Amino acid sequence: MLLYAVRRIVISIPILLVSSFIVFWLGTLSGNPLTPLLLRNPPPPQSVLDAEAARLHLDEPLVPRYLAWLGGVFRGDFGPSVIATQDIGEELATRFWVTMRLIIVAMIVALVLAVLVGVYTAVKQYSKSDYAATFIGFLFLAMPSFWLAILLKQGGIDFNTIVGDQVIYTIGASSIPPPDGLLARVADVAGHMVLPTIALALISYAAWSRFTRASMLETLNSDYVRLARAKGLPRRTVMFRHALRTALIPLTTVTALDMATILGGAVITETVFQWRGLGDFLIESIRQFDTYAVTSWLLISATIVIVLNLVADLLYGVLDPRIRYA
Amino acid sequence: MPDAIDTTHPRPAAPADPDREFTVEERSQAQLVLRRFLQHRAAMVSLVVLVLLVLLAYVVGPLWRYDVGQITPDNSAPPSLAHPFGTDAVGKDQFAQVLGGTRTSLQVSVMVALLATFVGTLWGSIAGYFGGWVDTIMMRIADLVLTLPLIAVAAMLAHNLGGTWYLIGLVIAGLYWAYVSRVARGVVLSLREKEFIEAARALGASNTRIIVRHLVPNALGSILVNLTILVALAILLETALSYLGFGVQVPDTSLGLLVNEAQTALTTRPWLFYFPGLFIIIIALTINFIGDGLRDAFDPQQTKVRQ
Repeated sequence: MLLYAVRRIVISIPILLVSSFIVFWLGTLSGNPLTPLLLRNPPPPQSVLDAEAARLHLDEPLVPRYLAWLGGVFRGDFGPSVIATQDIGEELATRFWVTMRLIIVAMIVALVLAVLVGVYTAVKQYSKSDYAATFIGFLFLAMPSFWLAILLKQGGIDFNTIVGDQVIYTIGASSIPPPDGLLARVADVAGHMVLPTIALALISYAAWSRFTRASMLETLNSDYVRLARAKGLPRRTVMFRHALRTALIPLTTVTALDMATILGGAVITETVFQWRGLGDFLIESIRQFDTYAVTSWLLISATIVIVLNLVADLLYGVLDPRIRYA
Repeated sequence: MPDAIDTTHPRPAAPADPDREFTVEERSQAQLVLRRFLQHRAAMVSLVVLVLLVLLAYVVGPLWRYDVGQITPDNSAPPSLAHPFGTDAVGKDQFAQVLGGTRTSLQVSVMVALLATFVGTLWGSIAGYFGGWVDTIMMRIADLVLTLPLIAVAAMLAHNLGGTWYLIGLVIAGLYWAYVSRVARGVVLSLREKEFIEAARALGASNTRIIVRHLVPNALGSILVNLTILVALAILLETALSYLGFGVQVPDTSLGLLVNEAQTALTTRPWLFYFPGLFIIIIALTINFIGDGLRDAFDPQQTKVRQ
């Protein structure tokens, strides 16, 4: 299994390289990072422009620039940012966990909800609650994530106004300055997470609950479940040990495939709730034509997707004993 | 049996018409699909709602007394008869804005769906049909596009190209065709091994003829279902891009841009926020239901669980 994991990571390296090169290339095409300087009034002297161009390596051709950046990444240097005072690597490191805790908790919430609702609606197929859950699922599938997030944020603000106290946090990933004491700090972070997590989780929940329902229905109607029932096994055992475990296997694949979408969703959620996470970093970097920053973002987010994909694949082996990674 | 003339061909037990056997109209595949689709209640309701919405945007919109971006003397007016969706802080009629935004968003998403489906289907079916190294190279290119994070690349490209609707459509289609090519390849791979393709080849049909006459008509169902779903996906991506400020720019308007403009004044002017969002949901929801209906219509076995 360890060998399998190592092999998977090795295979993904060329993909990472090529897609980071494409993003780098698109980034250089996407605009001139000197634009804010050029628009300045009075215009800065040519020597300043040349110095800035040299600092950002704009005077070098594309491929050597990319290779130099790539070499730097291995030494922990993610290249010069358009914002002279910003160290891209440091910035990414501090923002990494802000985004990760949002993504991971949202995924867990979405999965638990999706499995609960999916199983329930499969067991009670064509009941009123099944139809209601189906409709709600379709509704969330059709709902733009930014709209839902703003709605939740407004709900939080309204709730606070009614209660007359700051009960639900609606802005930022944590209070500034953070409260004293570890417990208070954890509670503060958790409080800030509630609404963004719900916003991010509901979008994935919709697709996953539909999928769990379909998958569960298929196993419930299979011969081995019928046999297990005919043997006189308790309903609970049949449900959980025979049906659910099999039904969950394809869900791990779907979850892994959706990982990139969740990262994209986090960009929007962070924008709405004004989190200083990876998504916010991406948006700011694109606005400033900061090619090195955007490419570094891609490298980090693609690595997250690859690692979480690998985790899902390894879980596959735990859920399905037939799969062995030799 | 006085009138038994022909004993070699006994009549059926209760014949309504002796020639019925020959007059029963043959039903084509298309007719069967249409019949099944018409019986799908959610899909039919959705189709009606969507058609009404399109008519509202394209017929009522241009006839409406205010144009997109036109400033009226009333500002921050709540919904009323004069302004069904209210007005914003400078007095723009939100009804006109939402209809204009719906037109832009629909144009972008339909363009994305058609373009991505055309390119993706062509790409995927050529790869799947020929197989071998052609398949390997073509699908690796598609895979590469799939690894690019959608929202990041779309935002980057759209940011540079500017906010014209067809450029946004071009960018989104440039990322979505790879999904379609995967689907199309899968369909073609399974069809390629079918007996009727083999028969066509044995009869000496050319590659072009097999692709055009046999593969494409049979793959049409899956591709059409995918096309409808793409419209819904594209409208969500376009509005998200416009919301983030990388999509359609003023003076053009999009449903996402309207939500963006409205979000700061949600407490004082909630109508500005709810209507564009509602329109996005209605469009995406009805299209998803129509796609569901089409899927059931093309492949009635797929949704039924084995008993």
